[in-house]
Amino acid sequence: MIAQILFIIILAAAVYLFSKNVVKIRRNILLGRPADRSDHPALRWKTMAKIALGQTKMIKRPLAAVMHFFIYVGFIIINLEVLEIMIDGIFGSHRIFSKPLGGLYGLLIGGFEILALLVLTACVVFLARRNIAHLKRFNGTEMTKWPKSDANYILIIEILLMTAFLTMNAADHKLQLLNFGHYIKAGSFPVSSIISPLLPDSTGGLELIERGCWWFHIIGILAFLNYLPYSKHFHILLAFPNTYYSNLHAKGEFTNMASVTGEVKAMLDPSFVPETTGEPQRFGAKDVTDLTWKNLMEAYTCTECGRCTSVCPANITGKLLSPRKIMMDTRDRITEVGNNIDKHGKDYSDDKTLLDNYITREELWACTTCNACVDACPVNINPLEIITEMRRYVVMEESQAPASLNNMFGNVENNGAPWKYSPADRLNWAKES
Amino acid sequence: MENPKSEILHVPTMAEMAAEGKQPEILFWVGCAGSFDERAQKITRDICKILNHVGISFAVLGTEESCTGDPAKRAGNEFLFQMQAMANIQVLDAYEIKKIVTGCPHCFNTIKNEYPGLGGNYEVIHHSQLIQQLIDEGKLKAEGGESFKGKKITYHDPCYLGRGNNVYEAPRKALEILDADLVEMKRCKSNGLCCGAGGAQMFKEPEKGNKDINVERMTDILESKATVVAAACPFCMTMLRDGVKHENKEQEIQVLDIAEITARANGL
Repeated sequence: MIAQILFIIILAAAVYLFSKNVVKIRRNILLGRPADRSDHPALRWKTMAKIALGQTKMIKRPLAAVMHFFIYVGFIIINLEVLEIMIDGIFGSHRIFSKPLGGLYGLLIGGFEILALLVLTACVVFLARRNIAHLKRFNGTEMTKWPKSDANYILIIEILLMTAFLTMNAADHKLQLLNFGHYIKAGSFPVSSIISPLLPDSTGGLELIERGCWWFHIIGILAFLNYLPYSKHFHILLAFPNTYYSNLHAKGEFTNMASVTGEVKAMLDPSFVPETTGEPQRFGAKDVTDLTWKNLMEAYTCTECGRCTSVCPANITGKLLSPRKIMMDTRDRITEVGNNIDKHGKDYSDDKTLLDNYITREELWACTTCNACVDACPVNINPLEIITEMRRYVVMEESQAPASLNNMFGNVENNGAPWKYSPADRLNWAKES
Repeated sequence: MENPKSEILHVPTMAEMAAEGKQPEILFWVGCAGSFDERAQKITRDICKILNHVGISFAVLGTEESCTGDPAKRAGNEFLFQMQAMANIQVLDAYEIKKIVTGCPHCFNTIKNEYPGLGGNYEVIHHSQLIQQLIDEGKLKAEGGESFKGKKITYHDPCYLGRGNNVYEAPRKALEILDADLVEMKRCKSNGLCCGAGGAQMFKEPEKGNKDINVERMTDILESKATVVAAACPFCMTMLRDGVKHENKEQEIQVLDIAEITARANGL
């Protein structure tokens, strides 16, 4: 009875804390500017099913794709087992699904065990890739101490959870064979039966191990749940809405700024009266709140895998730009803005901005807008849009484009071409053969 | 060497056509590079030769054409882009243009994707797509000209044609009829590496790094052992040629546009 009450208290606290953090992240995302992504719902569901659920964009790197698939499927399916653990915890039952499911139960538990082993293997391989093989993709300037530790913590926690799950089953299985107490014969144990010989033979010891692992496993899962909002691992949730709200246009298409259209129309036609929509907005983005909510959602979705940076032509050739850093900086800054609101109220300004305090101009001007980063992202994040918005601020609000680009602007404006040629000579090519 | 078939090109302008009360099937949007860059001008003339060869009635805007605004937009100057776009849309609409073929993936992307939001709605294709259509319809073959048989040819995907608009097959189709030895580079199609010119980089010095992007691209080209690099963008053309020059491979490796290869194969 005490165990049940304790379990319910821990569960309620974990769910409460997690919801509180999710609400806060949602609030932070909605600090962004509006963007309409409500069109084509059928196509959006399809995109989400293909890219988030089906993980189709992972295939480009086959080894990582297979290993990641093990962890992903393991996570989803083992959650069925967690459901049973929750019910057992609340009602003080043991393996409550075993009776109603009959023979299927054995099959399920056996399947969970095999998945648990695959998850364990994949986590070990991933740890080795990061810490022994030192893959270039997991390094780079933005991969400082915290992002590296974050990745390792996630993998280690998953290894511990799976080990606890398998050890729990091994002890349970042994107790079942001894016909001890409430340990009814249920389930099949293809993996844990291998480790059960390592466990003691005394029923007291076995029960201690079984209960210990049960509590460690479930408290571990609840703690991990609360680690998510602070970690890149949050992608397991946000990947779904993020792909649902994907950009459905051609990648080459950049948004046309409606605020500029009004002004340009007024310049070309003095009788045109642009629609005024309240407060005049800043052109482009100086800080995270100038970006759209979708940009901010993408920042929280990023799992720092570095596929974007590894294909970025600027980064490959040693320039400062790293699309992954753009996303991480955006996330760190919006988190900071959110924390400031919590501490000092809505109107507080810390005199910091995404531009200059986080992202330098040198990074922005190194981009070739080639869309390689956008194409590479397994969850459809678009770092290019943030870069473009920041260029827009630098050019239109500050007039601080590099001098050579200002020359190009001047040529386009005066000659109708980015070079200094006379528009009258535009057809000269036709005169030669 | 004088090409016997090269007479003075027949290139009608929209203004001339309108004066005669005629409307062409298609408008050829030449673009700034195609109009002014000496190397790209050759490609422009080859596109006209192909159009004349298959008997498509076309016209150019000539001095009425102006920059689409692409480099301004990519560099963040949305004002200048929209000024250019609206002025161009006025000209295009005044001539009641319905269909456009461009000689440049940047013009193609901008007019196709970004002009509709500002009121300019046209059917826009890139010249590699036109060549593919003509091949599919049997109007264009590879005969009567230079033979590319057995030559090792690779194709460099321009970002704004490939990733930007998912056009990967049309330019390859134009090469497939040559009976050449087509090879793909390590980084191709959606994995293709940029030439380094996009996003207005063409008009500025690169940021500090350890090498130029076109030089990085040369490693893929050299690895493919191709003797002809096919391009489909005037900016890629400039960058790839500079890369070849940088490696001192001008004798061994030619960079040719899809349109040039098609024109040569047909003796145009």
